[in-house]
Amino acid sequence: MFAIRAACFLAPDIKRFEIEAPRVARKQRAGQFVIVRVHERGERIPLTIAGSDPGAGTITLIVQGIGKTTKLMNTLEAGDAIPDLVGPLGRPTEVERYGTVVVIGGGVGTAIAYPSALALKAAGNRVIAIIGGRTRELVLLEPELRAGGVEVVVVTDDGSYGQKGLVTDALRDRIATGEQIDRVLAIGPVRMMQAVAELTRPLKIPTVVSLNALMVDGTGMCGGCRVQTVDGPRFACVDGPEFDAHTVDYEILARRNRMYAEAEAAALRSFLAAEAAAEEPPGPCQLEARHPEVGPRIRGGTS
Amino acid sequence: MSNTLPPKERLKIPRQPMPEQEPHERRHNFLEVNQGLTVLGATTEALRCLECAKPQCSDGCPVHVKIREFVQLVTAGEFLKAAAKIREDNVLPAITGRVCPQETQCEGCCILGKKQEPLAIGYLERFVADYEREHGQLGLPERQPPTGKKVAIVGSGPAGLSAAGDLIRAGHDVTVFEALHELGGVLIYGIPEFRLPKEIVRHEIEVLRQMGIRFETNVVIGKTVTIDELMNDEGFDAVLVATGAGLPKFLGVPGENLPGVYSANEFLTRVNLMHANDPTYDEPVFDCRGRDVAVIGGGNTAMDAVRTALRLGARKAYLVYRRTEKEMPARAEELKHAKQEGVELICLANPVAFREDEKGNLCAIRLQRMELGEPDASGRASPRPIPGSEFDLPVAMAVVALGTSANPLVQASTPDLGTDRRGYIAADPTSLCTSKRGVFAAGDIVTGSATVILAMAAGRRAAASILRYLEDGQWPVVLPA
Ligand SMILES: Cc1cc2nc3c(=O)[nH]c(=O)nc-3n(C[C@H](O)[C@H](O)[C@H](O)COP(=O)(O)OP(=O)(O)OC[C@H]3O[C@@H](n4cnc5c(N)ncnc54)[C@H](O)[C@@H]3O)c2cc1C
Ligand SMILES: Cc1cc2nc3c(=O)[nH]c(=O)nc-3n(C[C@H](O)[C@H](O)[C@H](O)COP(=O)(O)OP(=O)(O)OC[C@H]3O[C@@H](n4cnc5c(N)ncnc54)[C@H](O)[C@@H]3O)c2cc1C
Ligand code: SF4
Ligand code: SF4
Ligand code: FES
Repeated sequence: MFAIRAACFLAPDIKRFEIEAPRVARKQRAGQFVIVRVHERGERIPLTIAGSDPGAGTITLIVQGIGKTTKLMNTLEAGDAIPDLVGPLGRPTEVERYGTVVVIGGGVGTAIAYPSALALKAAGNRVIAIIGGRTRELVLLEPELRAGGVEVVVVTDDGSYGQKGLVTDALRDRIATGEQIDRVLAIGPVRMMQAVAELTRPLKIPTVVSLNALMVDGTGMCGGCRVQTVDGPRFACVDGPEFDAHTVDYEILARRNRMYAEAEAAALRSFLAAEAAAEEPPGPCQLEARHPEVGPRIRGGTS
Repeated sequence: MSNTLPPKERLKIPRQPMPEQEPHERRHNFLEVNQGLTVLGATTEALRCLECAKPQCSDGCPVHVKIREFVQLVTAGEFLKAAAKIREDNVLPAITGRVCPQETQCEGCCILGKKQEPLAIGYLERFVADYEREHGQLGLPERQPPTGKKVAIVGSGPAGLSAAGDLIRAGHDVTVFEALHELGGVLIYGIPEFRLPKEIVRHEIEVLRQMGIRFETNVVIGKTVTIDELMNDEGFDAVLVATGAGLPKFLGVPGENLPGVYSANEFLTRVNLMHANDPTYDEPVFDCRGRDVAVIGGGNTAMDAVRTALRLGARKAYLVYRRTEKEMPARAEELKHAKQEGVELICLANPVAFREDEKGNLCAIRLQRMELGEPDASGRASPRPIPGSEFDLPVAMAVVALGTSANPLVQASTPDLGTDRRGYIAADPTSLCTSKRGVFAAGDIVTGSATVILAMAAGRRAAASILRYLEDGQWPVVLPA
């Protein structure tokens, strides 16, 4: 069991967790992820490690509730525990002194890019973060990035905060100024990463994307996370998750990610129906009654 | 001797059939196909043994189970003693009785097989092991006083588990590290419930836990902690690497990454480990209901995948193999069961591409006809493509079951651990020591994908070497890194 030490919402449906996992905390490097199983009948889902405190033995996860598993995870509170958490998995972000690096985060992609942005900054790069969300309250981690010495450009779809438009618009503007960009790291929805790759390809700006392939084990055993690249198939969990953006076949990735769309939608519907049926505000006992899958609440347990 | 029947009479008894679920029923459920011999069936079968002075059956068994002796105990109705006799050489009899390729091992060497059907050694082994478990009479083996020495075992498949059992009995402090959230290796995530009920594997592990072995799931050695850290920081005196051969092989043909194309590992893991067949679990898997599926390969893994697809509701389940039925490496019983359940074999055919429909989903496999040529290095006839013979097999899902290779995570994070050309860990064949002092390796990670019994035997051999090493501190052989 992995005890949750702290949990709070950063934005609607986006929650930050501090979880006890001393071995992972000791080893974690920017760009790596864990795989968690939130309850005994749950699936295994990958989540990026947003940071770690080896002294306290904790790691930080930032979770966007988009389907059953992530929404269920976001009902958990400090004092709860999750049964399984394994990592750190994947290769760390390549961090060198490149010069000027633009880090692009779309939606929860900002949370995934956050530790890498700080690591790139710490390595002596000038780091510009272009972070986007649909609307003001979905823009994540702006103060944290600024505090780390990263220049931040905020973009919202509806213009409620920062520039109106898409993160790719902001990147295009940046490129148009003619200022030197030595490297780009883009993390977010497949189509956004694809758009970034198309922008930087003709300019030959080295660009890295973090691919959100479907995963099961995270150790190279199942091959379910394979992505097609110009160098042949690669496993996102062990060869990635970061890849040279100009080598990836995004069409296949997008299609593979939709493989279980029907089942996922059905799972989400019944989850939301169970949520709606509950009249009381979510307290520990209601949660247990509504979602028996999270099991008897285990408080303060360690693994 | 308890069997007083004269040999001529023994030869008149027919081999006792295994009670099975009817094919038309079992192809719709995940319950075990074989139901196990009854007490009468088992004792009758045991009577067929000729009690040879030089039993060849035991020579055919990789761990030399004392077959004649245990069978005699079955004839005498001493089932618990029979189980204890098997356990002297084989620590997982309920499992090997079910999954060993008996026809090429013990039963393949039984003298009865020369004139008629061999003794059903596997059925009997399974019978006594099940009897022992169901009667809850397994006494925990004795444990030597604590030695204060710590051993780490990486991987909880048959190699790791059987080594752990021997080491804990000798009084060492044993911790098994497993990458997944559940213990058992291929026994849990690979071999399906209808062949090996998971309850049996869990029972074996529970016995080991009660003996004092510590199990740590969710630890990937090489990622969460390295071998060097185990030895230098966590105080382990020896390490056994038993990580199996987990990496799936693919064909490398166009379209193989389309949605709907699985590796057997992924397909079987989703169902066995993650329970995608049970709607109370969240795991998704391709919806086979009413659709046609094909599995590519001819080994146990291919059989397991194709029979799993049937049970998930596939309308047609094809098995595509590039040689003929005769060359299939799967256990004879699996092939028989698969055919009874309605699996259709397409032999002498090999995929050259996976084709997609207008929505981008898999819609067919393009196959090429093959013919058999000269025997290759493995002694099997090597298949040759027949030019111009391509045809399309319409399917909605395909599973590639071409075997597996070594997972490099441990090797890559342990630079002084020598490997062979294909990435398997190089180990001395006798002692199973590696190029790194204090580190041993056993099972599929040394040999490549083999069998449960061979992995178990290797695990026990490594345990014996570890015991010697912890006693005298002598490193058996120096291998190049
Ligand atoms: C390396 C990596 C790091 C990630 N880091 C984060 C993170 O830090 N924070 C965060 O909120 N999300 C992260 N994700 C995405 C997260 O794993 C998915 O949102 C989650 O699995 C969705 O599960 P669900 O049941 O809630 O939604 P579902 O309704 O099941 O799925 C919604 C979508 O999520 C994706 N998805 C579903 N199952 C899986 C799976 N087993 N593996 C991968 N993707 C899946 C699919 O594209 C699917 O269409 C990461 C993904 C990867 C691959
Ligand atoms: C589908 C299928 C069907 C089969 N059917 C049969 C059969 O009928 N009869 C038969 O005799 N054999 C069969 N086999 C083969 C047999 O299962 C294997 O030969 C045997 O399990 C090998 O045992 P092992 O202990 O070496 O490794 P495995 O059983 O592979 O176990 C290795 C374990 O190590 C873990 N691991 C890997 N890397 C790490 C790491 N870095 N850190 C921590 N843990 C790690 C893995 O998760 C796994 O649990 C079958 C195999 C498959 C895949
Ligand atoms: S372990 Fe396998 S080969 Fe040996 S006797 Fe038992 S079934 Fe036969
Ligand atoms: S070879 Fe056959 S008949 Fe002879 S002892 Fe072994 S099982 Fe019995
Ligand atoms: S998640 Fe199974 S191989 Fe990558």
